[in-house]
Amino acid sequence: MAEHKLVIIGGGPAGLSAAVAAVDAGLAPEDILVLERDSEPGGILNQCIHAGFGLHRFGEELTGPEYSGRYIAMARERGIPILCNAMVLSLTDDRRVTFVSPETGYTTIQAEAVILAMGCRERTRGALSIPGTRPSGVYTAGCAQRYINIEGYMPGHRVVILGSGDIGLIMARRMTLEGAKVLAVCEIMPYSGGLARNIVQCLDDFGIPLKLSHTVVQIHGRDRVEGVTVAAVDEANGRRPIPGTEEYFACDTLLLSVGLIPENELTRGAGIDLDRMTNGASVNQFRETSAPGVYACGNVLHVHDLVDYVSEEADTAGRAAAARILGNAAPVVRSVKLTTGHGVRYTVPERIDLAEEPEDVRIFFRVSDVYKKVRLVIETGTGEILVNRAKSAVAPGEMESLTIPASKLAQVLRSGEEEILVKLTETEGR
Amino acid sequence: MLYDVLIIGAGCTGVMTARLLSAKNVKVAVAEAGPDVATGATAANSAIVHAGYDAKPGTLKAQLNVRGNRLMKELCAALGVECKNVGSHVIGFGEGDLPMLEELLARGRANGIPDLEIIGQDRLRAMEPNVSPEATHSLWAPTAAITCPYGITIAAAENAVTNGVDFYFHFRVTDASRAGDIHYITNGTETLAARYVVNCAGVHSAEVAAILGENDFPITITPRRGEYFILDKAVGGLAHSTLFVCPSDRGKGILVSPTVDGNLIVGPNAYPIGDSDDRSTTAEGLAEITAGARRIMPDIPMNMAITSFAGVRSTPNQYDFYLKASDQIPGVIHAVGVESPGFASSPATAEYLVGLLEEAGLALTDKPDYIPTRRRDGNHIQWNRLSEKEKAAKCRENPAYGKIVCRCETVTEGDLLDMLDAPIPAVTIDMMKKRLRAGMGRCQGGFCSPRVAALIAERTGHGLDEINKSGPGSWLVTKREEA
Amino acid sequence: MTTKELTCVVCPAGCRITVTLNDAGAIESIEGYTCQRGKTYAANEVTHPVRTLTSTVPVTTAQGKKMLPVRTDAGIPREKLFEAMKIVRATEAKAPVRTGDVLIADFIEPGTNLIACKDFD
Repeated sequence: MAEHKLVIIGGGPAGLSAAVAAVDAGLAPEDILVLERDSEPGGILNQCIHAGFGLHRFGEELTGPEYSGRYIAMARERGIPILCNAMVLSLTDDRRVTFVSPETGYTTIQAEAVILAMGCRERTRGALSIPGTRPSGVYTAGCAQRYINIEGYMPGHRVVILGSGDIGLIMARRMTLEGAKVLAVCEIMPYSGGLARNIVQCLDDFGIPLKLSHTVVQIHGRDRVEGVTVAAVDEANGRRPIPGTEEYFACDTLLLSVGLIPENELTRGAGIDLDRMTNGASVNQFRETSAPGVYACGNVLHVHDLVDYVSEEADTAGRAAAARILGNAAPVVRSVKLTTGHGVRYTVPERIDLAEEPEDVRIFFRVSDVYKKVRLVIETGTGEILVNRAKSAVAPGEMESLTIPASKLAQVLRSGEEEILVKLTETEGR
Repeated sequence: MLYDVLIIGAGCTGVMTARLLSAKNVKVAVAEAGPDVATGATAANSAIVHAGYDAKPGTLKAQLNVRGNRLMKELCAALGVECKNVGSHVIGFGEGDLPMLEELLARGRANGIPDLEIIGQDRLRAMEPNVSPEATHSLWAPTAAITCPYGITIAAAENAVTNGVDFYFHFRVTDASRAGDIHYITNGTETLAARYVVNCAGVHSAEVAAILGENDFPITITPRRGEYFILDKAVGGLAHSTLFVCPSDRGKGILVSPTVDGNLIVGPNAYPIGDSDDRSTTAEGLAEITAGARRIMPDIPMNMAITSFAGVRSTPNQYDFYLKASDQIPGVIHAVGVESPGFASSPATAEYLVGLLEEAGLALTDKPDYIPTRRRDGNHIQWNRLSEKEKAAKCRENPAYGKIVCRCETVTEGDLLDMLDAPIPAVTIDMMKKRLRAGMGRCQGGFCSPRVAALIAERTGHGLDEINKSGPGSWLVTKREEA
Repeated sequence: MTTKELTCVVCPAGCRITVTLNDAGAIESIEGYTCQRGKTYAANEVTHPVRTLTSTVPVTTAQGKKMLPVRTDAGIPREKLFEAMKIVRATEAKAPVRTGDVLIADFIEPGTNLIACKDFD
């Protein structure tokens, strides 16, 4: 069986950043293989032609292709091999990777380290069980985005969008600029999941109505979508449609932006532990999963809002994978579990593996609701405060992070604490 | 061109009949209103090859289901279509259901079905650990099987085309006339001439009978819709065989079954509808089949549904299939009111209809150069069903098989190209979907359908805006507006 | 006198800012901001809102026609977005193209260019 020191599954921003970081941490580029299933690297950013990427990472406002273009250039400069049109079919927890590509055929390789960077897929109409007919013209927002930005065709002309997440908002603007009429964006929650900036620049700018606490209850049309029925939902009754509030929109296209699901079929197949809240692998601060030598980063680990944080996370994974291969990873003395308290939906990492001399650990997390005037708190199981930060506003759609300083972690190591809690406290009524 | 036989309807009944005739020295055509074979009830049913105990002894349903069960398995093997002999349980909830189970057992024995038995709770639970604790007995039928109903219909159609049958799609019969013993069947623009006509038009078969000239036709069709969920392959193992509840006068009821591809199928309900072409699902219907599924398997994870759909049954105003030569019009054979067990029976129903044609005067002699496979050069098994060694070899032989297009179902570019080259070329999203399962996975085509559409467009010399999802009018995209 | 209300998008706080303009269209007062960036954003947004335009144009390459992502390298007046799109839709490119290449100079505004966002050989 062929061997490879580091195999990276996915050549999008996460995979490429990880590859670059691994080389910069001392791994030889020829010891790396990036496997990318599309015909070119760059991942989903290739079709995210809008701007807003790289503000933190590069101090510039770049479009998606420009952002991944930077990492493609960095990877090429370092001579990192990227195999395109390559699909990984299976992974084992002892790092055997089976993949297929037109160039190399059907192959299994044994890796010393694997980085999972497969990104995510979109939730579908089928998963929502939206009743009605099954005409053409029902697309996930990302699929429509591919048609328009990669293939150069219009997915439709009169559009209703379900879901006010960023992809739906971005597509509302994109379609409008290309001459389509976007009739409404419906959002089942009482608040939008997208960035405020996108509400302004994608909806308000074009007078597109945002219907909060609304959903699509039926799709009409025999061959192509002819219309959708929209209804208000009862927030106090399981968000069920309220009879009598139905409204019909004649349209030829329904776009769905109703959630992203990390693509962890390979991860599951390898028997690696997943976190139910993120739908991604459960990891330590180096992004190592429950399978030694298998790391995860980017959207496959948890759905990010900013690709800048994806690159940061991928750096961590790339450096850790390199350290493992080069034999200079610090031995783990004790593991501490991270738990979520009031107002916090999940944390990444889910555990911290403490070395003799711990380093700062940055915790990423999402809150479970919209809150104003809170304190974000990280404390030990016995109530010792590690971090306490005031914030004027937090929302589920905007990932938060806090750094636990090395000194505090050293204390935790000495004290024998087994658990660290991340929570928020409300300093004012909502 | 004068055909010996024109079959109206390319569902399982019409296609199986065409296939049998393709082995004889007769010229056969199939006229189908839809864009492909198997676009009606054949593509939207429970996919079960019923054992045959349900049908009343002495009826055509019984005779043809029992024989069809055996023939279907042979046909699937001959054409390289998967068929799994998983067996089925009719579950009884308490002593009150025992009389019905015993009735079905008696029917089954009268119909000649082997190895039927009523089993108790312990054995049932050992075989099906996830079944409701309220389930006390079941009628176990080991000869029931599952397959892909449109898959085997497509395979049979390809086999028929390979042996000279002509298929006319987008051919909705609007009028018919006769001159002597030649029938002229038209869709308004094109007319086909044939000596014999077989009406296999499914939910429209009574309408077609009227068009063919039947007065006071004894059969009326009530379209009855049934809705289904498909659950993710991750939970496909929750049922090992098909799980029924006791049948009622509305039919076999809501079932839970594994599918031949490893998913779980749940459904159908049954209620009459006005428009026989209306295949909508409804919130109430989906709730109804969810409740039905939970009765059989209380912990069934319905949040793992990946899609839902509906099919429409051709329910006749009599118990049995209506398979008869016309009393009024010489040369016309009717297959009307073919609802459950229509699919399971179809290979046997085809034999029966061929028999009726012979009785009506059609002389049938064997074709010496009959090709028993889907294509001249064999059955073309798709890449993901090959062994590891075969997969590797195929990739070496043709790099197109090394390029995965549908990642959820592992469909390669080589497979797609193969289907563009098939006896019935797959030129729409749904045709590729039905043949290869591209788009039937968890992402429901979100990743692959633009790529599949682009490949079809490129290879057929069309723009992406000319590729359809299914029939005409189901456009995917349009050109961007000129400035 | 006119008052305009807007939500600041500079940070997640989303302050509601009220800007009052006199009859000549000049700013009289700005209220509701909690930081300087918000004040600047509100002032600009109300008097001359600008947007970065992003879109795609067909590019002819050796492998056939592909889509080239493009953007303006500075904000253009929000009210000129559709006028700008008309020009974009009539634009085509030819490989080789490099990220940053100017496709149209002085696009809508003097000094603002429409630039390529991807490399094509």
